[in-house]
Amino acid sequence: MAKLKLKEHIINQEWCKGCGICVHFCPKKVLALDDNDKVMVVLPDDCICCKMCELRCPDLAIEVITD
Amino acid sequence: MPDLVKFIQGNQVVVEAALYAGLDFYAGYPITPSTEITEHMATRLPQIGGKFLQMEDEISSICAIIGASLTGHKVLTATSGPGYSLMQEGLGYAIMAEIPCVIVNVQRGGPSTGLPTGPSQGDVSQARHGTHGDHAIIVMTASNHQDIFEITVEAFNLAETYRTPVILLFDEVVGHMREKIILPEKGKLPLVERLRTSVKKGVDYHPYLPREDGRLPMSDFGSEHRYNVTGLAHDMWGFPTSNPGVVHGLMHHLVDKINNRVYTIEKHKEYYLEDARTILISYGASARSALHVVESRRRRGERLGLLELQTLWPFPFGMIREKCENARYVVVVEMNMGQILEPVKMSLPPDKVFLINRVDGVFITPTDIRNMLRIIHGKGV
Amino acid sequence: MPVKDYIRERFFPHIWCSGCGHGIILNNMLRAVEELDMDKSDIVMVSGIGCSARISGYVDFHTLHTLHGRALAFATGVKMSQPKLKLMVPMGDGDALAIGGNHFIHAARRNIDMTAIVMNNRIYGMTGGQFSPLSGYGTLATTAPYSNIDHNFDVVALAQAAGASFVARTTTFHARQITDLIKQAIEHRGFSVIEILSQCPTYFSRKNNMGGQIEMMEWYKNNTTRIGSKAKQENPQLIERGIFVQRDMPEYCDEYDKVIEAAQK
Repeated sequence: MAKLKLKEHIINQEWCKGCGICVHFCPKKVLALDDNDKVMVVLPDDCICCKMCELRCPDLAIEVITD
Repeated sequence: MPDLVKFIQGNQVVVEAALYAGLDFYAGYPITPSTEITEHMATRLPQIGGKFLQMEDEISSICAIIGASLTGHKVLTATSGPGYSLMQEGLGYAIMAEIPCVIVNVQRGGPSTGLPTGPSQGDVSQARHGTHGDHAIIVMTASNHQDIFEITVEAFNLAETYRTPVILLFDEVVGHMREKIILPEKGKLPLVERLRTSVKKGVDYHPYLPREDGRLPMSDFGSEHRYNVTGLAHDMWGFPTSNPGVVHGLMHHLVDKINNRVYTIEKHKEYYLEDARTILISYGASARSALHVVESRRRRGERLGLLELQTLWPFPFGMIREKCENARYVVVVEMNMGQILEPVKMSLPPDKVFLINRVDGVFITPTDIRNMLRIIHGKGV
Repeated sequence: MPVKDYIRERFFPHIWCSGCGHGIILNNMLRAVEELDMDKSDIVMVSGIGCSARISGYVDFHTLHTLHGRALAFATGVKMSQPKLKLMVPMGDGDALAIGGNHFIHAARRNIDMTAIVMNNRIYGMTGGQFSPLSGYGTLATTAPYSNIDHNFDVVALAQAAGASFVARTTTFHARQITDLIKQAIEHRGFSVIEILSQCPTYFSRKNNMGGQIEMMEWYKNNTTRIGSKAKQENPQLIERGIFVQRDMPEYCDEYDKVIEAAQK
């Protein structure tokens, strides 16, 4: 399988409840919670596009877009 | 097919009438004295390509017919007292979610397991008030096989017209008795079919928005409109809400659609009422004995009449008042502790209303009624 | 997001607590439907009562939110009356196995074609943290303040003994496996059961000193293993994940067609 290349993370701040599951389980620590306990991308260049943040999000609030 | 003469049990009449009305889905659980309905359904439904399910209990039976009604089928379940008690939860769901369905309760002696093979009319109040929460309900009954047939067909028509469960309250006597019946030719009795929405695909469909005539067109599960059905208070799309204005509207709609139409829904039979000084009010098997007394006394010139109720709920207060206005004695004949006596007393001056009943698991006979009438009429024991 | 084609977006964000595992199940259930390219109008989702049952309000299928424990009974009526429909029946653990336990075993026994998903968070969440038949001995709950003396069902063993023809288990940590198992369950002809361990950070894990959603998902990672793995042989305490039962058995609606044929002969 060809390696996926990140285009962007789409985060739905309205839906995110700040549970931190995506932040904790990200293998490359790409994500963090901001001051309002909403998820944000801090190290986009490190993203390996495994999409586990998207699949484990209980709020359907994060999407990993690849080229 | 022309009219067909049969000599069968009342329970079997229910099956033939339901099929005549267009039933093609049944779910039930065996219980005396209604079991023959379940048995005959098991035989008859697959013959017409319909579906029969024997479920694990009465709770699941009523749930299964509600599910099948939502896919567009005419459905029925049948039971007796203990099973009917178990169905109260599902009954409330069908009322709230406005699901057309017919529920037969062939009554036996209660409370609890009571008298499984003994006749009784003890579930009249439960049929009115059974499930929790404010609600209105249609409950019908009949005293002979020809009427059972017509009332059963009518129950399906009312269920479809008002999107509501309809209760058929029969009893052990008419359920198990065999008598002659003429099965009417197809087309002889009018049938009400499912009213389906004319809203086209892609246009917002409101499953719980009544039309001007009060009817709510349905859309079958599996067709183009995807909507929500819930037992929670809901809006016109079927989604849960606790908005007081919406809940108020829903509650009034659910009750008014039935209680405001008593005169349209109500059915009864009259025998010799015109000049009657004493009017017997009865229904179901008890009305058979009552009619026997009335006819035999009339031959002797006594001014006795019978008002046979076929719609028990919504209660026809106005009709009772009108018919019994000029009678000196109004005597309710029933096999319970006075469950129809109560609303009759609310309709008339209570001091002219009397009760003749039996609650011992023995069918009330013409002799029982004659003996009690002597006392009521002040002629001694 | 592709799964957005399958939801009723106007009701989001959903009512579940922050970190609730039920959202992860919804997320991956939708992916299974999407990957199978199912028509939304062919799917009926039937749910019962409780936190789990709210799932049906969020999906753009035909949805039937029913009574506590009765989802499978309603679903049986829908399926039997219209066999071409695909039935998905998500249930909570108390919903499916306490009040609905009888319907659960009988639906399995009939082997009627539908996908039952037990969203097992080991607690009654909506009513505030009472023990369920899956909480297990020694757990704490508002109705077991001194420790629970009720033993739990093994959902997999129960479903198998009752006659389900597809039985599987996974957890919310194993999101891809949720999608994979639901896909296989939907494609299986017969009664399918998938138990998905799902965290309740608000009641179960907090009451039982097991941390929040992250600690619970770490627990799922560390305390489960593939069926028949080497790890299981070394540590029998591990909970197995995967497909336990997958057998071809006569399906109920198909069998009833034979009854119709016999009756019409």
